[in-house]
Amino acid sequence: MTIRDIFNEMSYGPAPESSAEAQDWLTQHGNRFGHWIDGAFTKPGETFATSNPSTGKPLADVTQGTVKDIDTAIAAARRAQPKWARLSGHQRAKHLYALARLVQKHSRLLAVMETMDNGKPIRESRDIDIPLVARHFYYHAGLAQLLTSELPGTAPLGVCGAIIPWNFPLLMLAWKVAPALAAGNTVILKPAEYTPLTALLFAELSREAGLPKGVLNIVTGDGATGEALVNRAGINKIAFTGSTQVGRKIREATAGTGKSLTLELGGKSPYIVFDDADLDSAIEGLVDAIWFNQGQVCCAGSRLLVQEGVADRFHAKLKRRMDGLRIGDPLDKCIDVGAVVDPVQLASITRMVDANRDGEIYHAATPLPAGCFYPPTLITGLSAASTLMQEEIFGPVLVSMTFRTPDEAVQLANNTRYGLAATVWTENINLALDIAPKLKAGVVWINATNLFDAAAAFGGVRESGFGREGGWEGLMAYLKPATTPKPLRPIPAIPAPNAPEIPDLDRTAKLYIGGKQARPDGGYSKPVWSAKGKLLGHVGIGNRKDIRNAVEAAHAAKGWAKATGHARAQTLYYIAENLSARASEFSARLRDLTGRSGEAEVEATISRLFTYAAWADKYDGQAKSVPIRGVALAINEPCGVIGAIAPDDAPLLGLISVMAPAIAMGNTCVLVPSEAFPLAATDFYQVLDTSDLPGGVVNIVTGSHAELAKTLAGHMDIDAVWSFSSSDISAQIERDSAANIKRCWVNRAHARDWSGAEGEGREFLRQSTEVKTVWIPYGE
Amino acid sequence: MLTHPTPVATATDQLPQVTHPRNPGMALDLDWVASVQANTSAIERRCAALPGRRSVKKDWQAAWLLKAITLIDLTTLSGDDTEGRVKRLCAKARQPVRADLLDDLGMSGLTTGAVCVYHDMVASAVQALEGTNIPVAAVSTGFPAGLSPFKLRIAEIGESVRAGAAEIDIVISRRHVLTQNWQALYDETVEMRAACGDAHMKTILATGELGTLRNVARASLVCMMAGADFIKTSTGKEGVNATLPVSVVMIRAIRDYLDRTGIKIGYKPAGGIGKATDALVYLSLMKDELGPPWLQPDLFRFGASSLLGDIERQLEHHLTGRYSAANRHPMG
Repeated sequence: MTIRDIFNEMSYGPAPESSAEAQDWLTQHGNRFGHWIDGAFTKPGETFATSNPSTGKPLADVTQGTVKDIDTAIAAARRAQPKWARLSGHQRAKHLYALARLVQKHSRLLAVMETMDNGKPIRESRDIDIPLVARHFYYHAGLAQLLTSELPGTAPLGVCGAIIPWNFPLLMLAWKVAPALAAGNTVILKPAEYTPLTALLFAELSREAGLPKGVLNIVTGDGATGEALVNRAGINKIAFTGSTQVGRKIREATAGTGKSLTLELGGKSPYIVFDDADLDSAIEGLVDAIWFNQGQVCCAGSRLLVQEGVADRFHAKLKRRMDGLRIGDPLDKCIDVGAVVDPVQLASITRMVDANRDGEIYHAATPLPAGCFYPPTLITGLSAASTLMQEEIFGPVLVSMTFRTPDEAVQLANNTRYGLAATVWTENINLALDIAPKLKAGVVWINATNLFDAAAAFGGVRESGFGREGGWEGLMAYLKPATTPKPLRPIPAIPAPNAPEIPDLDRTAKLYIGGKQARPDGGYSKPVWSAKGKLLGHVGIGNRKDIRNAVEAAHAAKGWAKATGHARAQTLYYIAENLSARASEFSARLRDLTGRSGEAEVEATISRLFTYAAWADKYDGQAKSVPIRGVALAINEPCGVIGAIAPDDAPLLGLISVMAPAIAMGNTCVLVPSEAFPLAATDFYQVLDTSDLPGGVVNIVTGSHAELAKTLAGHMDIDAVWSFSSSDISAQIERDSAANIKRCWVNRAHARDWSGAEGEGREFLRQSTEVKTVWIPYGE
Repeated sequence: MLTHPTPVATATDQLPQVTHPRNPGMALDLDWVASVQANTSAIERRCAALPGRRSVKKDWQAAWLLKAITLIDLTTLSGDDTEGRVKRLCAKARQPVRADLLDDLGMSGLTTGAVCVYHDMVASAVQALEGTNIPVAAVSTGFPAGLSPFKLRIAEIGESVRAGAAEIDIVISRRHVLTQNWQALYDETVEMRAACGDAHMKTILATGELGTLRNVARASLVCMMAGADFIKTSTGKEGVNATLPVSVVMIRAIRDYLDRTGIKIGYKPAGGIGKATDALVYLSLMKDELGPPWLQPDLFRFGASSLLGDIERQLEHHLTGRYSAANRHPMG
């Protein structure tokens, strides 16, 4: 082809990025790798090939990690951890800073290696992934530096196991490794089977950051290796990013083991376009949403919701834009869409789209190379019931529906099991800021999409997982209180005496559901005896249907979340006031129940109500310092409906210690009071009744902790479950919570001093809220 | 009282190869104008990603740079312009790249897209370009501020057309945009178009003075409705001239106008494009957003004076593998 030919045709020629340096690095290692354990590569064991998906050619053989390998890595990480944690924050900051600098210095090598192993366009690995990796280490160098002064009384968890996906191999490594190391933990990371190479390269570079041996360990392998990492003892936390299906298994596997857990799972994130949006910009946004990384992005805006009046025009513009996307060799600098990560994934995308019988399928009219490539695809005219509107495709396939009103947009957007991210396009700031809080998502982008930064928390709600990555919130997931917890022994109810003392007038405690007293559905009750053998009354034995009713009532009361912090504070003060008026009655009741003086507990309870009345309008969000012209607001939103099993040991104070933070933050709740001493709680509903608390905000179901915990933990319409029971039910709750991947906060048979500092404060507020990050770029 | 000059016939062989119907304009559609949005942050993000998304290398780069030369309105718009200066510029337009380099590239006979001058230089330029197909463009209508009496602005167009200008680069009244007086902008532009007759009209929006991208989008549409053949960013005299965000907005307006009317409008970014790499970004933007027809001089021009020099050096580097120097290339 002569220059004149090109001049006449004006085509894009080849513009390949060289792979020579990356190939050299592989060759230096004989295209064969062991694990990175204790600061060095191990001898390769049984290996499997990792390939370049765009050519199908193998790049290297990597070792299939065995249980023994995991144990070796755990041992190394355990050895290294105390010393690493003892370093000053500044010393750890220097290591993290060095890692950030190393990522920058070797940025092109890392980018090329990433593109070769994963198939994503070099533009993305070069301009997005690797710069974000460096930024993450810089930011966390800062967190390490500030940790001691800003978060006193915290300690690292110990050894963290990280399991990461193949879509952003090095970036996900950074998201796990940087906060773990900043907080003083050591790490064992298992990269995805398809994409292990940049993790190994990074590990080798970490030597130049002077990272002590054993602080960072990489064990390669498939799901079996990951399973071993999850299941072995000696790990204090698992941080997982990947599919909801695997996340659920990990939740079940770690239940009752005492391992901390954060899960960042799948999504089917809505992308809402209102009729007053800058449509062309919204279309460019979609390119970044669903054709970024071949759509293999957990937070991909994969579900387009477009206002009916502009839908036809929008779809027409969108199709034209799709036709202009260039698909091909990911190392080519002029390519928009690269290769799907593996033929297995390609088959999965193809199968899902081929099975669809609804709507109209449009494949981009752009040349498609042979091999592991899938064309950008738009499916219009789907309904909420269409499989592809509900299921995550994890490929370059956008599905679309229309809506009529903002309310309908919100309903459709939230009509999903997931809750990771959401995008809103409108030029109307009133509309944007009205919609953002209503969307069930951990991240909302206004007039933008797929913006990420180390300072801004990322993570989901519902079956998109729990926990946040990035920011101070993310760091908290790698820390625990520095105190050593004491064991909590079961507290049994007082048994029936031989010679019972029966009161003159029978008193019947009921359940409290939807602001009304309710008889237990099952029609069973049991007597409650005082320490001195007096029959204090009967308490209902609640069952699963009572929980069902209570959860329904709690949902019906969700308007509580919209009440102002000031209004919620007023209600909490009023509850305190009414309790104070009946202080002597409650003191007497507590003495009867527990045999101890109750005055101090009532006073502490009134104080606790004041504490959360105070917090109700003071647990502020933040405006994060992100590197764009705009703000990223971290908003503390209520979790929703919280099911909480109150402590047995402090029948009134314990109950209020879980109730008050939950409702102060705008949640509604289903409370199961002390099993041994339930009558303080049932007396308390009379206080609630007189305190202007809307019915259903607090529901009280008495009964067996073990029995009711099962229903609460497994309930699909509860957002978080807490247990401070003295019964050993933590494992059961964690296991059953996997049903809808709800947040769990359980005591693991550890005691808590309810009358002391650990009985209230920020930990309770954090557990009562979800951080939603709302990105609002601005500029005119 | 507005004047209505009679259209003046011009030699159409001076026009660039016109293969598309001229824009007849349309009635002012204020609903459409009002509905146009431009989200600045999103547009800036798009622009920031543009240079990283497209790349042309080796022979492709050379061919694209040669194409860019054919799209340049080689411009001199200075108070000290003289006949001699304009002649030199026209000579450069005829032979924009050293003959030996063009021969080696197999591209002999290449010229720039046009020469762009003030009215008083039109006749000299026409004379100097005799025997070529290079059109002369005249900036007009009280360039650059556009604040001289309307009657005179209209008359100025007629003068330049009579002097042989095949293209008239008019400036719009920024005040009509800033006060959202779209009717006034439309009426004025319609008259100017009538005054141009067969000469093609480029409407200079002076985007650096319009305040917002939304204003740029709306002004673009109104000018097209009024019959503009080209929309052009800048006079080169504003504080900020052609930028990628402004270009994205104007290109999108051209696309919407095409969708609605079937008429192709040309685009001319002017001022601030001095590097060969900038030119490549613009070309890929035109190719991707509007398509191949907008890589031809009848639908795309660069208003530039220093761009050519950088391209010449790049072309020599392409042939020799050595970085070039300005003194190795003849001045314009």
